[in-house]
Amino acid sequence: MGARSSSEAFERALLPHLDAAYNLARWLTRNGDDAEDVVQEAFVRALRFFGGFHGGNARAWLLAIVRNACYDWLRRNRPAEAHEELDEEVHGASEPSPTAEDLLVERVDRVRLQRALEELPPAFREVLILREFEGLSYKEIAEVAGVKIGTVMSRLARARDALQRQLIAEGGKR
Amino acid sequence: MTCDGFRRFVDAHVDGELDVVRQAEMEAHLRSCAACSRVVAGRRSLGTAVRSSEELYFRAPARLEQRVRAAARRSDRRRLVTPSRIGAALAAAAVLAAAMFLWPPGSDRSWSDRTSQDVVSAHVRSLMPGHLTDVPSSEQHTVRPWFAGKVEFAPPVVDLAADGFALVGGRLDYVAGKRVAALVYRQGAHLINLFAWPAPPRAGETAESASSRDGYNMIRWTRSGIEFWAISDVNAAELRRFAALVRSRVP
Repeated sequence: MGARSSSEAFERALLPHLDAAYNLARWLTRNGDDAEDVVQEAFVRALRFFGGFHGGNARAWLLAIVRNACYDWLRRNRPAEAHEELDEEVHGASEPSPTAEDLLVERVDRVRLQRALEELPPAFREVLILREFEGLSYKEIAEVAGVKIGTVMSRLARARDALQRQLIAEGGKR
Repeated sequence: MTCDGFRRFVDAHVDGELDVVRQAEMEAHLRSCAACSRVVAGRRSLGTAVRSSEELYFRAPARLEQRVRAAARRSDRRRLVTPSRIGAALAAAAVLAAAMFLWPPGSDRSWSDRTSQDVVSAHVRSLMPGHLTDVPSSEQHTVRPWFAGKVEFAPPVVDLAADGFALVGGRLDYVAGKRVAALVYRQGAHLINLFAWPAPPRAGETAESASSRDGYNMIRWTRSGIEFWAISDVNAAELRRFAALVRSRVP
């Protein structure tokens, strides 16, 4: 098998997931041009590691690489953001999450929703993006983000609580 | 189950991630607890708001695909001219890459038969520019007659717009050696292909069975002499909801 067919196999496996890669990078960097650079870098890395890919879920595999490339980029370019602490201990991942009650999100406009999502810490933002936009299972999200399935669940709960509160609070101000 | 217990798992419940037993306990609690029902309604309203906004899904600009292809080929070439150690690694990568296409992907729930492979290929092809629909219309009364004379059965076309699945149109496709009807629905940024063709005589009805392949979720079932396959990158819970809706609307 020559170089031509190996790069063809690579393209065939991964290019269908280019939108997913770009969407994740766009949400983590919050900028289109930066997202393009990160995705290009991620595909070059993916090619380097393609031998370690044993089939299975190509999308989750690629997204894990894109995510790592995003955090590397953030550490280089916006170190404060990459190190945003979650304080999971303080907020108690072990106790039941405080669930927003009676918070129905209605007729929220796109700009407000986008801003509210972008204001979430990256660790919360990424689980929400992977879940709502890519429809990944908790197990897949856990693989992409390198955390336990229970952590995926508690981060999703807290991300959604924060988002609901934010949208309702803003809605009330209008 | 207590309210605390319920709320600990409310997200997994909404996301369809619980096992059958826990799911049944959650539903039993919901039937008797108005407060927890409101929590679920709040979560669902948020999910709908996020997913229904197409502008929130950032699609890759066309030039990015060219950039990525070019960068991958450049980096591939560089690797080939370097000494044998890397050459060996690349050969191993090539073998693995080949293996990936000889064997079905590793998911334990994957179907490996030709039909599911064809369904994935048809789905991916339909997402390429200009391939999605032959008859673009959100009107079921336009889409249904379009198939007359093109396939040898009348595909059921149901309107699910009120349930969050907008009809995009219909298309002729070719799956498992036959001409089939493909109906396209959209939920937010995600497209769903619903393939339909006549089931073999006396095939009977089969319940929905779900699987995934190449990162796409699929559900197939048979009803009223027609075999249905739904495929999409929406999450498994939403695709199940879609399949259940279609099934309940097809007479």
